Amino acid sequence: MTGVPETDTVVGVLKQGERTKQRVPNERTILEAVRLALARVLEEDENVLLFGEDVGVNGGVFRVTEGLQKRFGERRVFDTPLAESMLIGTAVGMAAMGLRPVVEIQFMGFCPPALDQVLCHAARLRNRTEGVLSCPLVIRMPYGGGIHAPEHHSESTEALFAHLPGIRVVVPSSPKRAYGLLLAAVRDPDPVVFLEPKREYRSFFETVEDDGIALPLDTSFVLREGDALTLVSWGAMMRETLEAARVLETSEGRSADVVDVATLGPTFDFGTILRSVEKTGRCVIVHEATLTGGFGAEIAARLADEGLTSLQAPVKRVTAYDTVMPLPRMEHLQMPTAERVLNAARHVLSF
Amino acid sequence: MSGTRIGKVTFDLHLHRFLDERGAVVKKPLPPFAEDPSELLSMYRWMVLARVFDAKAVNLQKTGQLGTYPSVLGQEAVSVAIGSVMRSDDVFLLQYREGGALFMRGVPLQALFLFWGGDERGSAEIARHGNFPVCIPIATHALHAAGAAFAFKYRGESRIAVCALGDGATSEGDFYEALNWASVFLAPVVFVISNNQWAISVPRQKQTAAPTLAQKAVAFGMPCVRVDGNDIIAVRHILGEACAAARAGKGPVLVEAETYRLGDHTTADAGSAGRYRSVEEVSAATEREPIARLRAFLTSRGMLRGEDDAEICASIEAGVEAEKDAYLRIVKDAPRQCAAMFDHLYASLPPSVARQKAEFIREKGDAP
Repeated sequence: MTGVPETDTVVGVLKQGERTKQRVPNERTILEAVRLALARVLEEDENVLLFGEDVGVNGGVFRVTEGLQKRFGERRVFDTPLAESMLIGTAVGMAAMGLRPVVEIQFMGFCPPALDQVLCHAARLRNRTEGVLSCPLVIRMPYGGGIHAPEHHSESTEALFAHLPGIRVVVPSSPKRAYGLLLAAVRDPDPVVFLEPKREYRSFFETVEDDGIALPLDTSFVLREGDALTLVSWGAMMRETLEAARVLETSEGRSADVVDVATLGPTFDFGTILRSVEKTGRCVIVHEATLTGGFGAEIAARLADEGLTSLQAPVKRVTAYDTVMPLPRMEHLQMPTAERVLNAARHVLSF
Repeated sequence: MSGTRIGKVTFDLHLHRFLDERGAVVKKPLPPFAEDPSELLSMYRWMVLARVFDAKAVNLQKTGQLGTYPSVLGQEAVSVAIGSVMRSDDVFLLQYREGGALFMRGVPLQALFLFWGGDERGSAEIARHGNFPVCIPIATHALHAAGAAFAFKYRGESRIAVCALGDGATSEGDFYEALNWASVFLAPVVFVISNNQWAISVPRQKQTAAPTLAQKAVAFGMPCVRVDGNDIIAVRHILGEACAAARAGKGPVLVEAETYRLGDHTTADAGSAGRYRSVEEVSAATEREPIARLRAFLTSRGMLRGEDDAEICASIEAGVEAEKDAYLRIVKDAPRQCAAMFDHLYASLPPSVARQKAEFIREKGDAP
């Protein structure tokens, strides 16, 4: 698999609470791009259903699904009783019988009751029936901190899912990738956990054409090219990572490859990371999840295994600390900052 | 507030039965199928087949030729009743004591031997006949049943889902969530609790303070019914009505079939009688078992003579023995390719896992 070089053309940044800055029609936020992709898959495939808690009339607590019930009817887009294991368990049954359920778990912090169904069934139905039954379902979850939400509303537990053979964890970091990767996730014949970086839902917009063209899964995206070091991240943390790369280049003249891993789990695209590190010799991995057993550990281990002779410095990880996500007053202290990424980058560049 | 306002709500859930423990008719008229000798003899044969398979499986485990196996001894009537009322395009979601229904749905005996013998191909074969694979975690499949039924309703099909669970499963959250979903969306699914009184070593009385398991449906606005699970005429009749209701768009039904697990929980639980339940309890339950009951009824009606019964049992014994031999031949001559364990994780083998497969083959070869 090759990484797809891509220059992000961020055409605007929205301030907190600002939803309707003057934009041309195809300029969309991540939230709008997700909605656009959902509408597209509902339009193109009668087997696609969208359900969850408050996704119907209310349009979701973040309004991602706003207007979709009105457009596609209550048969296709509907509210359910409030139970996370039920959401995924019933979706497994539907998917095995030929539907393509797209299920919303309202916040990733509430996913643990559903983990049983993901781990014991969605991930293994194909394997235990040698492909007679399969499980083409998408589990959408807003994840991550930075929106000053109550307890259990700011988690980044992607590594719990990325550990599971049979699962893909897909995390977009821009409106374009949200659109293209969600199309790919819904059309894919296997289960996908689709994590939406909720802090970035409305933070910036870019041009997203509703062309129905999916982006590839299991593929990392090279967002910036450089030669001094490799910065690796995904989802919301691409913002801090790209910011650090810009500062490094403008103030210190050191350019970085910035890789958005995008698909986590057993199918992830390590090749793009390895090729970059073979060029730069240095790597910093950034993620919002806690340190120990985070997906960054897998990337670092693979670099130690397959890229050791290219490395000129230790692989550093910039992550949340191994503690519980604090309540909003201190959450910014737990989340990695561009400054911490910069410090780690300077450290690996000092070797 | 007066204390009298708080009190137990009680439900009068009659236990349906046509035959008493000795096979005598206690309720008339019998349903039409019970007047048809060929129908009754067919169910009799399937129950005997399930029991002979069971004994064979337990023996294979004891001689190291099968993995851990859960016996169905004493519960054959519920499973065969399920098999009798389901259509081939319905979908069956099961726990692990449903050989009777699986065989009636076309699953070869050797496939079930193969599954309990530890080979995924057995599980795949079960799934090829309109069944979900055997669900080992408790009650998680109740949700799959609710979802599968939802899919049938969504597409306007007349198919239904039938979900078999045990009494222990009624304590799991997924069971309640499944009942709730099915009721809210009027999903065409019949949940059948094969209440065999024991969840490994925990008796039914310790699972719930509710007097019956069927009444759990009341909280969801769902119809429910209790039936003597060792009276095949009653359990088939009730399941037939439940399936007809589901198929007619009336939504889900919860059926509690009272039976008894005469065997151990699994072969890993040998000697359960005398450890957590008394030998007397098990031998008393043996008096109520379903095959002897139907045999007594058939004999009293002149539908089964002793010599015919012996012939039926001998031919079933020979058939099961042949399937056992076929299973052992597969294990010996056509074992699963080792590298197959990589091949069905995803629709297509991802490069990252392909590398591991290649490494595996380099180290161990692809030979089974």
